[in-house]
Amino acid sequence: MNELSKIDTATLLQDVSQFLWQEADILDRKDYDAWLALWLTDGFYTLPIDDTQDFDNTLNLCHDNDKMRRDRIERFQRGFSISSAPPADTIRTVSRFVIDKAEGDVVVRSAEHLIENKFGRQRVWAANLTHTLVRTDQGFRIRHKVARLLNSAGMLNSFSYLF
Amino acid sequence: MSLDMPKFSDLDALYSTDDAKVGTSMYEDPELFKVEMEKIFRRTWVWVGHESEFPDKGSFKLSNVGLEPVIVVRDRKGTIHVMVNRCRHRAATVCEVKKGKTSSFQCPYHGWGYGLDGSLRALPYPEQYGDDFNKEQHGLQRLRTEIYNGMVFATFNEEVEPLVDFLAGAKKWIDLFMKQGGGFPVKVLGEHQFSVPMNWKVQLENTTDAYHFPVVHKSFMQSLDGQTEEMFEFLETGKGFVEDLGNGHSVMVMIPELVDLDENLDAPIPDRFQELAQELRDEGYPDDQVRKIVRAVGGAGFNLNLFPNVACSMAFFRVLTPKSVTQTDIRHLALGMESGPASANRMRLRLHEHFQGPMGFGSPDDAEVWERVQRGTVGGGELPILVNRGMVDEQQGVDGPRGHISAETGMRAAYHMWKRMMSA
Repeated sequence: MNELSKIDTATLLQDVSQFLWQEADILDRKDYDAWLALWLTDGFYTLPIDDTQDFDNTLNLCHDNDKMRRDRIERFQRGFSISSAPPADTIRTVSRFVIDKAEGDVVVRSAEHLIENKFGRQRVWAANLTHTLVRTDQGFRIRHKVARLLNSAGMLNSFSYLF
Repeated sequence: MSLDMPKFSDLDALYSTDDAKVGTSMYEDPELFKVEMEKIFRRTWVWVGHESEFPDKGSFKLSNVGLEPVIVVRDRKGTIHVMVNRCRHRAATVCEVKKGKTSSFQCPYHGWGYGLDGSLRALPYPEQYGDDFNKEQHGLQRLRTEIYNGMVFATFNEEVEPLVDFLAGAKKWIDLFMKQGGGFPVKVLGEHQFSVPMNWKVQLENTTDAYHFPVVHKSFMQSLDGQTEEMFEFLETGKGFVEDLGNGHSVMVMIPELVDLDENLDAPIPDRFQELAQELRDEGYPDDQVRKIVRAVGGAGFNLNLFPNVACSMAFFRVLTPKSVTQTDIRHLALGMESGPASANRMRLRLHEHFQGPMGFGSPDDAEVWERVQRGTVGGGELPILVNRGMVDEQQGVDGPRGHISAETGMRAAYHMWKRMMSA
């Protein structure tokens, strides 16, 4: 690896980390309009259950296109959903970034640890994230985000927030 | 433990039939829970799976009968067996893989090997048990297993009535429910699982509760198109009903037009299914089959609640597993069309994800109110829980009392059976 590509890789890692941390912060603050703005219209937000890449033909926890994402956010925001009025509070960290693909669309894997609090009860969740990011004039935009929970095929609880 | 503790001799205080009042301790008493597990979950038919989950010889899945972990498996001859997941030697579980395919089950501790029918095949160094050791007496503990229209039930009770008699008035509704295969066999496509801090009966009540729908699921309704939202306004139109089907089972008909999915095939295709209909036509399906598939794709217009642990709920199976007096696991199994068009199954998957499961637009709100019931019962222990709604104008239906769509007739059916089993 020459000096220039080392610098490129370091810069990309820095840019990607910054973007994912920004997204994590947005999600913990539940600033969902800002979150929607991070997406490409044809993007998918997927929480799979099984170990598969064929999300269309498999049952997922969610597999949201643009309309479902917007409906989901509207449900959170309008105040008629008892589970999200109020929702659980969350604090998360995203780390262990691995860039799988640097040319064209950037594919980055990361680990997410999230703690939720509701009714004075805290629950811990962990997920492997895979973001497919597109470079635009406004910075990165998300084409696909896959959040694979550690126990995705097992017994979970219901969620009033996003991973 | 004595199961005839005097404390529970007064079952009327726990559920009084005349005025349909439920005692608070019904959700809270750990001793009562133990008796329920014995007198109900070990003595009646408990749903453990659907035949489509066992497509091949050796296909298996872990399940539960009450608190007890069981293995459901199809043997080489095609027979489905249900057996306790416990080695007959020193009790280790013989399988910890949730589902899959195998030719046998081997205990990881000392290597006892069992066949697909639970029979003990071989064990290392058997000589130390002497010549009179009888392998036939050391198979996995097997439960009586019977199947109705793909629904697999098991019981520890060798004396219990045949499954078809137990299902009684519910059978014809199961048959109607399975029509949502749209001409194909119904197949389990996957499942959502979530655990809720509530007593199992809070869930048993909910599947037959139309009254909560416009309140708890307002945010789901708001995410629908106008036509579909109208369809779900069944409390407004009041055309449906709830009927006691006997033996604790009940049916809640929300959308009468969608009770029999083979009827009204000439009705206009709803807007939300137009795109799918076109896709099917493009794939070469003839018009009558397109209509049949599209009519079936959204599921049936009713919830069938089967005592004690399963419901055929519009387009999915809802299964409850009691874990403790205040904890219940819920599974929502998505259904599709076996060998049917992939486009229709994709639509069914997306519809299921829309409402059901940990990230659905419906289930999290259900889970919240169920937990709120459990939290609420901590206070005012002397206050009754009311399931008397709709008693005022209940009529005799086909198989039992029939009430208004928002009546608590189905809950009364379940509690009536609860009482019958607890007093036996």
